[in-house]
Amino acid sequence: MTVAAPTKPKNLKLIYQRPESLVDSATHYCPGCTHGIAHRLVAEVLDEMGLSDKTIGIAPVGCAVLAYEYFTFDGVEAAHGRAPAMATGIKRVLPDRVVFTYQGDGDLASIGMAEIIHAAARGERITVIFINNAIYGMTGGQMAPTTLPHQVTTSSPRGRDVATQGFPIRMAEILANLDGAAYIVRRSLHDATNIRKAKKAIRLAFEAQVRDLGFSMVELLSTCPTNWGMSPVEAMEWVRDNMVPAYPLGDYKVVPELQKLRV
Amino acid sequence: MTRELMKGNVAMAEAAIRAGVEAYFGYPITPQSELLEWMSKRMPEEGRVFLQAESEVAAINMVYGAACTGARVMTSTSGPGISLMAEGISYIAGTEVPAVIVDVVRGGPGLGNIAPSQGDYRQVAHGAGHGDFFPIVLAPSSVQEAVDLIGEAFDLAEKYRTVVFVVADGSIGQMMEPVSLPEPRPIRRERPEWAVTGTPGRSRRILTSLYLKPEDEEIVNLRLVQRWREVEANEIRYREYYLDDADYVVMGFGTAGRVALSAVRAARAQGMRVGLFRPVSLRPFPAQAVRELAQKAKAFLVVEMNGGQMLDDVQAAAQGQVPIRFYGRMGGMVPFPDEVLDEIQALVDEPPTLDEDPRARWLAHMQRRMS
Repeated sequence: MTVAAPTKPKNLKLIYQRPESLVDSATHYCPGCTHGIAHRLVAEVLDEMGLSDKTIGIAPVGCAVLAYEYFTFDGVEAAHGRAPAMATGIKRVLPDRVVFTYQGDGDLASIGMAEIIHAAARGERITVIFINNAIYGMTGGQMAPTTLPHQVTTSSPRGRDVATQGFPIRMAEILANLDGAAYIVRRSLHDATNIRKAKKAIRLAFEAQVRDLGFSMVELLSTCPTNWGMSPVEAMEWVRDNMVPAYPLGDYKVVPELQKLRV
Repeated sequence: MTRELMKGNVAMAEAAIRAGVEAYFGYPITPQSELLEWMSKRMPEEGRVFLQAESEVAAINMVYGAACTGARVMTSTSGPGISLMAEGISYIAGTEVPAVIVDVVRGGPGLGNIAPSQGDYRQVAHGAGHGDFFPIVLAPSSVQEAVDLIGEAFDLAEKYRTVVFVVADGSIGQMMEPVSLPEPRPIRRERPEWAVTGTPGRSRRILTSLYLKPEDEEIVNLRLVQRWREVEANEIRYREYYLDDADYVVMGFGTAGRVALSAVRAARAQGMRVGLFRPVSLRPFPAQAVRELAQKAKAFLVVEMNGGQMLDDVQAAAQGQVPIRFYGRMGGMVPFPDEVLDEIQALVDEPPTLDEDPRARWLAHMQRRMS
């Protein structure tokens, strides 16, 4: 049996397709996980900016450890938390390439705290996509530096007790204080409106890099339905109802050159 | 070629620049800081990359990133820094990218002190990170040899896609000697076929040390073993002094080997048939050469600035065929030639037996010294 090639209906415009920078494959991410959305947004932005063939991505340790599998451009895999240092090494010897790290909350805000702070303080011309889902996903749902007070995890089974387990860390607010940072914002991936805003932010973050303005980071509030023990829909609602109040969305540092930019 | 008087750390830095190093990432630590300082001045003059990292952890991961682009890259540190770099060194080994690390060894363990030591032998020669790999480890005994080995280190790192250590104890780093520097080599413009460069017009390249399937990881491990066998076949380096007719063989590397050479010369002047065997490649260890000497010599004397870390490798290579004595100074102490000469004299006067425990005799001697 032969199947006729689909004919393009007249008067219809193609408005949605796989970004060229994204590999045509299934991912290993769980249903309802927002990593797929974040990957797609990065790919769309790089396509739109025409940067895909000069980009090098740096994958973290965490659920996104295989992120390089899903992009069509060059990639490397960093040690846990060290992606900003590795990105620094790459960017310093290849200053005309686009270099970004993709890091989770354990990677960036716990074990990699020194590396992210100093990369930002130096104003490294790199872009950081920071996935904050308040939990360690890959290792099985342990407490993260961004876990909310009273949040139950596999290593805070009675809920995070701030008296002994400390308080969540707000990375966007911290990094925005550093003079080397050009663009530091927090967005969320819990609904379509916020996803569109997140994409604009990712675009500006890469604009900051190619315009040589300094360090840029987009923090993305994200889900982990598997380790939160929720359905995908419940997880999106949990981000809206619990994470957004604890991690206010907004622009924490935008240098003037970017403020006037329309994307 | 003109010779100039240079401090070891500075000479190693300038040698790396002349070898075409494109990027240096490091963190201050005594007794290697002059190397970093020299790089901070010279690398920008050459239009190359210098960056003082926030820690040795960051420095080695910057090296890792730059190495993935196929650039000639290096760092330098001392023992406590090597401890922090162990993670990155293992990733570099697992990703099979080249990098050069200079270790100017100080007294330890812990914070120790800043005096010359060889206490890092085991740490670097037996792995320097988790997992199944060996780095190449080269040990100079003079500033000139340090300069020469730096150039070789880059070539070896790239030939075998591996980590190469140049291990200079603190005295090599700190002392000044006349050296001839090599002619500057041009920066390589071409990049290896594995390098991650973001270059358009080709399919993507991925560099990782992650192999989730054990079957795949085993293939990588076997490839590393196979490559290491090539290193062992081609890259053994050692120096022999007065060994042709020697009944007694002193063994030492780096500064200990140099001190021992003075003692051997003094012993020769007194008519003792003694020579020196000085390993330059600590890894691969010149085991075959040691084994052959074990079949000829009446006794070995291993001299180190540690508690006998190379002694273990000498014993393994000698396979019980020769009696072995040991003399070591520790904690940043450097032996005087007279101390080694006394040990050579004792070797001749009261030859050891095969069942003698080298450390027991040495410890008893040291305890008498301390009391």
